[in-house]
Amino acid sequence: MKPAAETAPATGDAVLSARNIVMSYGGVHALKGVNFDIHRGKVTTLFGENGAGKSTLMKILSGVVTPTSGDIVLDGNFVSFSSSSDARDRGISIIHQELSLAPNLSVRDNIFMGRELRTRTGLDFAEESRQARALMADLEEDIDPMTLVEDLRLGQQQIVEIARALSVDSRILIMDEPTSALSATEVEVLFKVIRDLTSRGVSIVYISHHLEEALQITDYAVVLRDGAITATAEARDIDLEWIVRNMVGENFDLGSPPTGHEFGEVALSIEDVSVIDASGSGYSVVDHLSLDVRAGEIVCIYGLMGAGRTELLEAVAGRMPMAGGRALLEGEDVSRLSIAQRIAKGLVLVPEDRQRDGLVQTMTVGRNLSLASIEAFAKGLFLSRSRERELVEDSIRKVTVKTAGGNAMIGSLSGGNQQKVVIGKMLTTNPKVILLDEPSRGIDVGAKAEVFRLLSERAAQGLAVVFSTSEVNECLSIAHRIVVMRRGRISAEFGASATKEQIMAASGEAVVA
Amino acid sequence: MTDVSQARKQSSPSARGEGFDLAKLLLEGRAFFALIVIIVVFSILSPYYLSVANFLTMASHVAIFGILAVGMLLVILNGGIDLSVGSTLGLAGVVAGFLMQGVTLTWLGVVLYPPVWVVAVIACMLGAGVGLINGVLIARFKVPAFVATLGVMYMARGLALLMTSGLTYNNLGGKPELGNTGFDALGFNRLFGVPTGVVVLAVIALIGSIVLNRTAFGRWLYASGGNERAAELSGVPVKTVQVSVYVLSGICAAIAGLILSSQLTSAGPTAGTTYELTAIAAVVIGGAALTGGRGNIRGTLLGAFVIGFLSDGLVIIGISSYWQTVFTGAVIVLAVLLNAVQYRRRSKLPSSTGGQPTSQQRGKAEPANPAQGKTAR
Repeated sequence: MKPAAETAPATGDAVLSARNIVMSYGGVHALKGVNFDIHRGKVTTLFGENGAGKSTLMKILSGVVTPTSGDIVLDGNFVSFSSSSDARDRGISIIHQELSLAPNLSVRDNIFMGRELRTRTGLDFAEESRQARALMADLEEDIDPMTLVEDLRLGQQQIVEIARALSVDSRILIMDEPTSALSATEVEVLFKVIRDLTSRGVSIVYISHHLEEALQITDYAVVLRDGAITATAEARDIDLEWIVRNMVGENFDLGSPPTGHEFGEVALSIEDVSVIDASGSGYSVVDHLSLDVRAGEIVCIYGLMGAGRTELLEAVAGRMPMAGGRALLEGEDVSRLSIAQRIAKGLVLVPEDRQRDGLVQTMTVGRNLSLASIEAFAKGLFLSRSRERELVEDSIRKVTVKTAGGNAMIGSLSGGNQQKVVIGKMLTTNPKVILLDEPSRGIDVGAKAEVFRLLSERAAQGLAVVFSTSEVNECLSIAHRIVVMRRGRISAEFGASATKEQIMAASGEAVVA
Repeated sequence: MTDVSQARKQSSPSARGEGFDLAKLLLEGRAFFALIVIIVVFSILSPYYLSVANFLTMASHVAIFGILAVGMLLVILNGGIDLSVGSTLGLAGVVAGFLMQGVTLTWLGVVLYPPVWVVAVIACMLGAGVGLINGVLIARFKVPAFVATLGVMYMARGLALLMTSGLTYNNLGGKPELGNTGFDALGFNRLFGVPTGVVVLAVIALIGSIVLNRTAFGRWLYASGGNERAAELSGVPVKTVQVSVYVLSGICAAIAGLILSSQLTSAGPTAGTTYELTAIAAVVIGGAALTGGRGNIRGTLLGAFVIGFLSDGLVIIGISSYWQTVFTGAVIVLAVLLNAVQYRRRSKLPSSTGGQPTSQQRGKAEPANPAQGKTAR
């Protein structure tokens, strides 16, 4: 910690400030010199699209990660947090977007995890229970403190997460998407709690994709885009249109729908498909959804997190079971086939999480690229190395992977090039339909444009393309048709000429008057 | 968001990589250098160590562990573990011994003396059967490999003890008039002076190497061991691969059991106890990662020779068997330590032949799997 007297900057009414924060993960700059103030006793909302760096910034401010460079100023003094418990001891706590509860423990044990109340001989369970019960009462939630977290529904688990953050009497409370699983009533209660907290002088940072909702509660709005702050304003001076404009920014040209080719027959027909939530809650994440895609057509599926996009695509590809309905590939029912059989018939999926589901990190670029089309270079029992090399080189050229060659390890590539390898791997199988789940996730805008250009070229040759995204800009690039999903159903369909506001309204993100 | 120039800088060989060439060479060829050191040291310590005859004797000891280790490598490449191979070895030996005594079919009033090749085939099928049980438990019923093979380990050992009431079959020679002689060939015959067991190991290693490097199955195995989810989404039949590696490991164990009982001219129900641990050690010393996807036959063979030559050397210079155990353990710990060192170097120097995913993606993805190390394939 630097001596406070000599360098303490003026931060106005900010209780906690980030100064020139840079955060790099390897080659990726998640934050590029961010200045961010948390106003004392007010709600400051951070707006931004997925991947803009919101969560990273919050993790830095709450001590979960240490920034590559930059300063954190708390009450006018430079500080550095050694851990999240260090930050918590200084009065900063965070409600994470991903729940960080231990499902096998009770509500009480989760609330006091890591800072258990002690008596001289052991733990003070009675006092913990009393406090837990009081917190639940404040949050108007009828949950017994001894209930196991795994027995609660998702929204209630989120309440527990909130209760845990409240239980430490923080001065600064960071809420990263606290309402994504809450019902409207629960959101009302949460807002009441937030107002109560601010009136007691607690400073709140709020992050939400539900822009209208956030605008109701916030005092200050800050917009983050591609790792940089693009706009700051007081809530009374702004409206939804201002937020959307600053969030989405000027359109980087991600291409336009390919023209000059006729659509062919219906290549993929999704008929009345339902998918039950994998966690066993019995909830339909995809709810009797039907969609036809024709050869040569590019369809974009837009939706918020949890709208059911991933589940839909994975069910069609054979990764998740369908609870009802079927998928037809060129009129043939493929619902009963294995993933391998669907790939052989020409239906492939590029998964959302390329590290977890897309790449084999222990193998080379070439072996990753050829993995889905081994039959193409098998000669009897054995693999033909020369044929494989041809296939790999051809593939690297076609999807423009920047690599030292097929023998480079996959980990030596940048995120965008890794993604091209995953896409290239599936394109090498010569599919008829390609499903891509958030193909642009975590890749830079240049690589994004290249991926889209590649897809539109292949569409012009008759490939049916379905890609999902949570970024409006991407819908308005190469897609001929935009399908908006909301709570497992299609809530709207647009042509390529739709506006951002229309699309976001249909997703439930923002209702622009 | 990606800054490509930054990524480039990372992936170019850094200056510190240059001066470390010798260290790198020693590190990557560590099993090989360890073997050389072992041979040199024991040759100095004992006049009997460095001779063709001794090497062949030691090699025939290594053959047993080597064959087990090749099977074990397949399982470990898949990200699993097979604790049942030692018991399977014992069971296969006992079944072979039982068959060599003749099978009495009471209702027909005859005694069948199957020829040796039939005995061998039956023993191998038994090994495959044990492996199939392992594979189905793990792939179909999702029992963790450690637990499934632990249970099967006990069951196979118990069956071997039951079959013999704890006794040993000593008469494996067969009789010429019954046409079932030749069992001792596996242990004692020599092909161009090389013991049969070593020849069998060489053949199995060669087949294993070809399967791993030149067939679709080998590619599937590396892929599903490296990332099962990605492999499945690429159309790899991950379940079939998983079951197959346990079946192959079982067959290897049965072959080792045949050779061992032939070498010992007896088939005892406790043969091969704790051999599974030696096999795992050989695979690990050979640079394979227990997390799957990394490893090769060459390394595993070197690992088996390191263990075998070390323990035989200690016997030759007359060190107590208690110290042998301590030394073997120390070598294993050292090997795993070096695997970890190699992994760390790799992640710093992605330009070398192998590499973990650099940290570029970690902002988005789950923390990278801390695979412990690998040997260049």
